[in-house]
Amino acid sequence: MNQQVVLAIETSCDETSVAIVAGGSRVLANVVSSQVDLHARFGGVVPEVASRAHLELLEVVLQEALDEAEMTAVDIDAVAATHGPGLIGALLVGVSAAKALSVAWRVPYVGVNHMEGHLFATFLERPDLARPVVVLLVSGGHTMLVHLSELGRYRLLGSTTDDAAGEAFDKVARYLGLGYPGGPAIDRLSQEGRADAIAFPRGLLDDGLDFSFSGMKTSVINYVRKHPDTANADLAASFQEAVVDVLVAKTIRAATMTKAASVCLGGGVAANRRLRSRFAEAAAAGGFDCLVPDRAYCTDNAAMIAAAAAWRLSQDGPTGLDDGAAPNLKLPLID
Amino acid sequence: MSLPLVVTTSSPSQTKALGSALAGLLGDGDLVVLAGDLGAGKTCLTQGIGAGLGVTGRITSPTFTIANEHIGRIPLHHLDVYRLDQLEETLDLDLPELLEHGVTVIEWGEPFLPALSEDRLIIRLFLGPDDDDRRIEFELHAGFVDRLDALRVAIAPWSVSC
Repeated sequence: MNQQVVLAIETSCDETSVAIVAGGSRVLANVVSSQVDLHARFGGVVPEVASRAHLELLEVVLQEALDEAEMTAVDIDAVAATHGPGLIGALLVGVSAAKALSVAWRVPYVGVNHMEGHLFATFLERPDLARPVVVLLVSGGHTMLVHLSELGRYRLLGSTTDDAAGEAFDKVARYLGLGYPGGPAIDRLSQEGRADAIAFPRGLLDDGLDFSFSGMKTSVINYVRKHPDTANADLAASFQEAVVDVLVAKTIRAATMTKAASVCLGGGVAANRRLRSRFAEAAAAGGFDCLVPDRAYCTDNAAMIAAAAAWRLSQDGPTGLDDGAAPNLKLPLID
Repeated sequence: MSLPLVVTTSSPSQTKALGSALAGLLGDGDLVVLAGDLGAGKTCLTQGIGAGLGVTGRITSPTFTIANEHIGRIPLHHLDVYRLDQLEETLDLDLPELLEHGVTVIEWGEPFLPALSEDRLIIRLFLGPDDDDRRIEFELHAGFVDRLDALRVAIAPWSVSC
């Protein structure tokens, strides 16, 4: 088995992460230094703060990853970085560092699509997961259902028509004054509230595989304007339930329609506890094999970037050093 | 100088239709600044503008990526600068270059007005008394003032009689 060692850097949003992965799935180090505390003051990711913080943190995180893997430069066979999608300034920090290391260490550079990285997170834990797989990718910037028949062959089954699920969580949390990041805040507060307290609409629930969360967000705002005394915990729990209902129902529908063997969850919102438990229950009820990855592999991390990089390198060879960062990069689809 | 003009819509689809009607007034180099609270319909209005400009792809919220570009009969640059907290950060967006080609729509753009072109259409969206009601106000500045009559005609179907 090919035990090529890939060092990967992830700086597309607010996590600075460096990982070292051997043979595409054996994680030797996966260090994540979150900038969330920095951004909490501003109520969201502030791009300029993000790029500066990545710059300051990267060297420390890199050294920690090498120490944890008990490796030095000579042990690394390739260096990878997320080159999109994400915030341009933040992406550039990781891409520039990876290119510099590739030149200094005389190893190939691989630019990785962040979304493809999330898909590969699946195979870090279960390289044998039965295919085809329907993956629900949910994060602050994305909500998509991806059908994966084999590595590199992705079909987009559905995606959001307006806000991403994580964005809706963030915006509702902002409106309720719950702070940033909004997803974990709503997850926590929901524990104390009733999920059936308020019947928020389920956007596009019975309509195809696309998503719409903007109207659900607005319905929370409208409800609060009319019922200002409602407990935040009930609002949070009921809104979370509405979002989870839609995400779970559409994943199962997509898996059924495409006769998938398994379903899988990925992206930052996949760390949400209610989504994780409801997703696993629904998959079991539908007779699908199911993977809900460790939370560390759902949120942004460089291990998944290293996994995707190892495969991309074997398929496409190294990425040119003149290839830059692409903030609006799309997942490569087969149709 | 500026002149306030007001319309009301009573559904997201009406707000989109209003956006499409506005697109007829817009061309290369135009700047539209959108103001309004969460849920007021800024992205919804932009979806309508995009449809009117011939964008066939999906126009989703630019909150995460800050700037999205859409290809239409005229390109649409759709920005959300809520997360930027300093004027200087708008320099990274290379606005002068964006403004050369296509229509630029900036959500949450008001705090950045000093950094933006004087020639602009400011649209303010407000939540109305009923869930789906929106009050939408227009302000034409500098080069846009010439289009006052055309704007009145375009928004007439939703105009409020004062």
